[in-house]
Amino acid sequence: MSNDRFFLYILVMAGVTYLIRALPLVLFRKEITHPFLKSFLYYVPYASLAAMTFPAILTATSSWISGAAALIIALCVAYKEKSLLTVAICACAAVFLTEALLRFAG
Amino acid sequence: MNRWSDFQKGMKDGVPIGLGYFAVSFTFGIMAILAGLNAWQATVISLTNLTSAGQFAGLPLIVGGGSLYELALTQLVINMRYCLMSFALSQKLDRRVPFVHRFFVAFGVTDEIFGVSVSQKGRLSPWYSYGAMSMAIPGWTFGTLCGAVLGNLLPEFWLSALSVAIYGMFLAVIIPPAKKERSVRLAVIGAMLLSTLFRLLPVLREISSGFVIIITTVAIAGLAAWFCPIKEEEG
Repeated sequence: MSNDRFFLYILVMAGVTYLIRALPLVLFRKEITHPFLKSFLYYVPYASLAAMTFPAILTATSSWISGAAALIIALCVAYKEKSLLTVAICACAAVFLTEALLRFAG
Repeated sequence: MNRWSDFQKGMKDGVPIGLGYFAVSFTFGIMAILAGLNAWQATVISLTNLTSAGQFAGLPLIVGGGSLYELALTQLVINMRYCLMSFALSQKLDRRVPFVHRFFVAFGVTDEIFGVSVSQKGRLSPWYSYGAMSMAIPGWTFGTLCGAVLGNLLPEFWLSALSVAIYGMFLAVIIPPAKKERSVRLAVIGAMLLSTLFRLLPVLREISSGFVIIITTVAIAGLAAWFCPIKEEEG
């Protein structure tokens, strides 16, 4: 592929992605007062992050067992309201240990 | 709040994001090489796009000589969820900061940076976003380069472990409020169940993951807003 063609692809791909991100931030600066819309935006993060986490976490690792272990550990640690970094490290450690056990057993 | 402390806080929360990104983009680097791109091309894609699903979907179109129109449409559909996130961030962003910051904050609207940004108390400082971006962007870009150059040298179980870092973070964001507020708890459980249905049921299973997130988010946030509207002082 020629460099020109490649950069054209990059321009379109990055351009579209950036515009999707930038337009709402730039165009809608007024505070929303409509009760439904306000409530809707309040729930957006919880709904989207939950949808992104489950069931994706079960297929992110090399075995669903280690994914499930990460889920359970992360749920417990997050329930204790530990920091983002702590929860993330515990989830990684759960996968690491579970997969070590699985290799040892199998 | 001063800029430097906001920036440092963002950097701290950005560490797990950067690690998770490294693992995911490492895979992207490997795939890009297998698809026929070279290492710097793969790296440029990651640096300019900063999005996982969009890049993985765009890769076959780029190497297969797909049309630019098709590429644009694919990115639009897969990344439309960022539009919702930017809307939410637009409300959350500190109103006193100069307008120009919105253009820079926009570049860093990813699932993960959005996740940590909304977990901040009160208004969001753009410097917090920049701090998180200072960890996330190098993680994503450098991970791609390493994947492209080193290929399969990194043991698979390391990548496997790193790939759950982002999910751990998401749970750290949503679980504490879900514990305190019943409506948030229901929204979280509802969203997980609905996205699971999309993965299991025939026909629904064919829908791309980016689109599943949009549908689930709109449906669940809509239902929650309808049945449990927030009171004035919240949000």
